[in-house]
Order: sequence, then structure tokens, then C-alpha cells
Amino acid sequence: MRTKKLTTLALCTALALILSYVESLLPGLAAIPGVKMGLANIAVVFVLYKLGWKEAALVSLVRVFLVSLLFGSAASLFYSLAGAALSLAAMGLLKKSGVFSAVAVSVAGGVAHNAGQIGMACLLLETDALRYYLPFLTLSGTLAGVGIGLIAAALVRRIDMK
Amino acid sequence: MKKLWADLALILGLLLLAGGLYLALAARGEAGAWAVVRVESEVVARFRLDEDGTYPLNGGTNLLVIEDGTARIAEADCPDGLCVRQGRIRFRGQVVTCLPNRLTVTIEGGEDSGLDAVVG
Repeated sequence: MRTKKLTTLALCTALALILSYVESLLPGLAAIPGVKMGLANIAVVFVLYKLGWKEAALVSLVRVFLVSLLFGSAASLFYSLAGAALSLAAMGLLKKSGVFSAVAVSVAGGVAHNAGQIGMACLLLETDALRYYLPFLTLSGTLAGVGIGLIAAALVRRIDMK
Repeated sequence: MKKLWADLALILGLLLLAGGLYLALAARGEAGAWAVVRVESEVVARFRLDEDGTYPLNGGTNLLVIEDGTARIAEADCPDGLCVRQGRIRFRGQVVTCLPNRLTVTIEGGEDSGLDAVVG
């Protein structure tokens, strides 16, 4: 890995981590677990467009581990990992299709993240009662994804990596 | 410009999906008979909704209050306190979740399905 790429990835990971921390300081938006803005996805979408899918996956997964280690718990690691994995898969596929812009890619990532988390929570708690949260998480993931996507798209347009 | 329409179609599709899921999954307004408490996945307690009471759960991490046929978590030791903010539940299928403590309270059973409550 070239030094410049390594440094860029480290910077973006640090940024994702800080964004997660800032978000954890804000009061919850709704009483449903998993409803959040997903600020860290700004960094992940940015890396996805500027460097590629593998690099974005690296930033996202390192962020998940660090956040769980620093601010979370063992359980939160599993929820976040499932969310991040599904989100990366969805964003990768949508971007590869070439049909959508960064906004839709971010929206898919947000919704997939929520779906992955709730799926993992259902598995860990061995209950399907949490499926009642799905409509709200789909809605919140879509709305948050639009906001995050617009920010990420603006950054992708304006920041020159050369 | 083409991508804008694709984006809008995806966003609209997801909003419709959320609406559809809501219609398919929303609690139907049938009153339940029991508040069933699970920790991890084990049923640790069940309380009748028609008997008011206050019960510490899970060694005191969460406080369950049953009153007027509704259940709610009144206190919790978790940092976000989302389970407290989820408020009262009374209909079959509704749930209050405390993910940090791996605890759920689900409303189960109704007047016409007493057996469900026994089998759990």
C-alpha cells in the first residue's frame, strides 16, 4: 500500500470514528433502537467513491471495531458488524450497477445497515418481535441516507485527491 | 439526470416498502393478556396485564410497571434509556426492547388465546 493511500485511509477512518463519537453525544432521535443519522457513513461513502469498495470496507470495519472497543459493548459489536457488512454489500452492488448516484448508494447503505442490525438482534435475542421496528427503521434509514448521501456526494465532487 | 430519476425511484420504493411493512406488521390493536419478559432469549417472567404492580427485572437493571392494562419500563440502568422512552405497550405483538441489557418485554396472549400464554 502506498504511503499516500495508507495515510488517506487512516485519516478517513479517524474521521469516521470522530463522527461516530459526535453522533453518540447527540440525544437519540427516536425511542426505537437503531434510529440514527449514521454520520460515519459520510466517510465510508467518500472512500467508496474515491478509493474503492475494498478500501471502504476496511474503513468501515475498523471503525466498527474501534467504536465497540471505545464506546460500546460486546453485543454492540455484533449488531454493528452485521449492519456494516450488509451496508457495504448493498452500497457496493448499487455503485457497481452504475445506475444510481452516491445519494441512492448511501440510502441503500443506511437501510441495509438497519436491516442487518435488527436481523442480528433478532438472532441474538432469539425473538422475532423486533420485526415490528422494521418499518420505522426502513423509513429512518432512507431519510438519514438521503442526508448523508447529499453531504458525501458534495464532498466527492469537491475534494480533489490528486 | 438519469441517475436522479433512478435515485428518486429507489427512495420512493423504500418509502413504499416502509409503509407496506408498517401495514403488514403493525400491532393490530388486540389487547394482550400477559407481559412476557425475556433476557437473552429465555423467558424469565410473565405478568398479567390486569394486575397492577411494579417489578424489578434482570436483577434490578430495569423496572417494569404494569398499570391500567399497559406495561412500560419505568427505570433502566442503560446509558441511552431507550426502553424507558419506548413508553407503554398494551397490544399483542408490541415490544419494548433494552438492547444493552438484552431484555425484551412482549405483550402476548389475549382473551381468546389463553393457551398461547401457557406455551409461550
